[in-house]
This record gives sequence, C-alpha cells and structure tokens, in this order.
Amino acid sequence: MKKQVTLLREFTKGLWEINPIFKQILGMCPTLAVTVSAINGIAMALATTFVLVFSSLLISIVRKWIPNQVRIASYIVIIATFVTIVDLVMKAQFVELSKALGPFIPLIVVNCIILGRAEAFASKNNPLRSVLDALGNGVGFLISLFVLGSIREIIGSRTILGYQVLPNGFEPWLIMILPAGAFLTLGLMMGFANMYIERNKNLEREALIAQYKRVGREEITEEVLKEAGV
Amino acid sequence: MELLLIFISAALVNNFVLSYFLGICPFIGVSNKTSSAISMGMATTFVMVLTAIVSWLLFNLILVPYNLEFLQIPSFILVIAALVQFVEMVIKKVSQPLYRALGIFLPLITTNCAILGLALLAAMREYDFMESVIFGFGAGAGFTLALVIMAGIREELDLADVPKPFQGAPITLIVAGILALAFMGFAGMI
Repeated sequence: MKKQVTLLREFTKGLWEINPIFKQILGMCPTLAVTVSAINGIAMALATTFVLVFSSLLISIVRKWIPNQVRIASYIVIIATFVTIVDLVMKAQFVELSKALGPFIPLIVVNCIILGRAEAFASKNNPLRSVLDALGNGVGFLISLFVLGSIREIIGSRTILGYQVLPNGFEPWLIMILPAGAFLTLGLMMGFANMYIERNKNLEREALIAQYKRVGREEITEEVLKEAGV
Repeated sequence: MELLLIFISAALVNNFVLSYFLGICPFIGVSNKTSSAISMGMATTFVMVLTAIVSWLLFNLILVPYNLEFLQIPSFILVIAALVQFVEMVIKKVSQPLYRALGIFLPLITTNCAILGLALLAAMREYDFMESVIFGFGAGAGFTLALVIMAGIREELDLADVPKPFQGAPITLIVAGILALAFMGFAGMI
C-alpha cells in the first residue's frame, strides 16, 4: 500500500526535494543551452512546463486504455503534439524568443523530465495529482533555469532581464555567455548546493544526537540515526 | 570542399555536445569508461547517419510536397524511435558480437536529443541529401570524440581527491566546461 501524500506535497516536492535539475539531473541540454540570459531561461521553462502539465494531464486521463507495450510510443506522440502547439504559437507570437531558443523548443519532445514524469508519475496516478506533480516539477525547473540564467547574464553581460545592474567599469566575463560558462556555472552551482545540503544534514544529525543525550538515551547507533532520517 | 567544411564544422567547431549542448545525458551518464564510451559513440554515429538519410527523405519527399511541415516534430521522433528499434533487431540478427557491444546502448539513443536535434537542424538549414549525410556523420564523429575524451579524463578523475559535494555530476560538468574552452580553439578553423 502506497503511502498517501497530501496534494500540497505533490506540488512542493518538485520545487527542491526532487528538483529536476539539481536532484534528478534531467533535462540538462536545454538548461545549459538557453540560459545565456534570464529571460531565455524563463521562456524555455514556461514552454516546458506547459508541455509537462498538459501531457501529464492527458497521459493520466488515458493511462488505463494504453497497452503496456506501446506506452512509451504513445507518450511520445502525446508530448510531441503539445510541443508542436508551443512551437507554432511561439513562432507566431514571440518571433524574437523563438529565434533565440532555436531548435530547443522542438527538442522539448526529448526532454527527459517530461517522459520521466509521465513514466514515473502520470502513468500511475489520477489526473489531479499528476497535474500538481507536473506543476511542481515545472516550477522547480523554472527556478533552476532562472537562477542559472541570472548568474550568467549578470556576470556575462552586466544586465538582468535587460536592466543593467553592474556598473560600466565592470568588464563583463565573456566566458559566462559562451558554452563553457554554462558548464562551469552549473557545475559550481550543483557543487555548492550539495555542500549546503550536506551541512544541513550534519546540523540536523547533531541536533538529534544532542536531543537523545538530553533525554538520556544511551545507545546512539547508525541504525537509530538512519531511522530518524538523518 | 563544401562537404569537408560541413564535416569539420559539425565535428569540431560546432561540436554537438560542447557547443550545441545536444546529448548531454549520455555524455554525463556513459562517460565512465573509455570502452563503453567508444561503443556508445559508434552506436550513436551509426544511428545519426541513418537518421540523417531517413529524415531527409521524409521531410523533402513527403512533408514538404504535401505541406505537412507542421507534423515535423511528431513524425521525426516516431521515425527515429522506429529506426532505432529496427537497427537493434537487424544487428541482433546479423552480428551477435556487434549486438553485444552496442546492444544496451541502442534503446538509450532514442531519447538522445542529439539525434532529433540533428534531424531538425538539417531540415532548418535546408541541406541537400549529401550534405545531410555528411552532417550526420560529422556530428556523430564529434559526439564520439567528446565522449571518449571525457571518459579518459574521468578515468583519471577517479584517482583524484575531489571534494565530496563535487563528486559525480558537478565535477563532470566543470571538466566539460574546461573541455568546451579547449574546443573553442577550433573556432578559427572556418
């Protein structure tokens, strides 16, 4: 019996706990490619979220009618349909953005986040939960892309969302808007995120040990700590 | 001459992995050992050339004459999925050793965005048939090159004392960044 989680949890877990970029390490290609500026990152993430939410909804609705053997192919067709919609709308309404993102809008089809959530979640849960899960993952993706895009834009071209934030005296680091800068920034961000998680974990662990000592519990073994989840 | 330029451009100057960011997932996932990197690279190159041929035929002989360009994304992805499945079956039937070497990597290739990216880019740039094939081959060669170099570095990296939070994906990304810097040296070639 699966533990029933609250609807709110379905949404919030995607923000950090299973954040697509930092925890699942999925969807790296668009993440690295489009985050030259914050606005590109936001546009890409919104497009991905749209596809993610609607394909999760549809897959979750039809999940009982899809034979198991052809499910991946069916998911891909569903996803491709929504990606085509996004692509055509972007080409018609946001010409500049569409040019800047280039082939990465059509490439949302093979973004592992979407197929991953379809396979791991939407194919097993009801539509409401699937949509919330998709929204959470989408917003988690959006936050990651926005942060990465902002860092690269601020240091690489002195601006954020087009507004200048660093003085003219600051020589922009060209490398940040080149491909190499994407790899370096994301690598460092991930490393520091891990460092932060590690530190929090250690603090929690120490707090628990101190608490056990206070209540006079003698044996504090690894198993006890593991059971408490630290 | 034109064809040679397309090949060098796809393989080195605009390397698919290091400057277009296509195929990052296998690049991080399968670059642990040099031997598996070579197999993965070969399998991908093979599928890339086939994809270039089939997607060119599909796009220029079916989609364009009947004004069906809007079906580009679903049709390409389905063709690639079918193609990979087909290649897997043929290799299994024809050559057992080759199947053992490439087999487990083939299903992974369907979701490799480098393949779909290749088909889309070739259509977008309106390459003719030969150009598409060379483009596919160059992209595959570049992918293999980046993967093998990365695997070589990571084998050495196992012996290095990397700080714990940076182990795994973060250090791989940082190494990839340095590699991308090195590949920028090719920029002057064309």
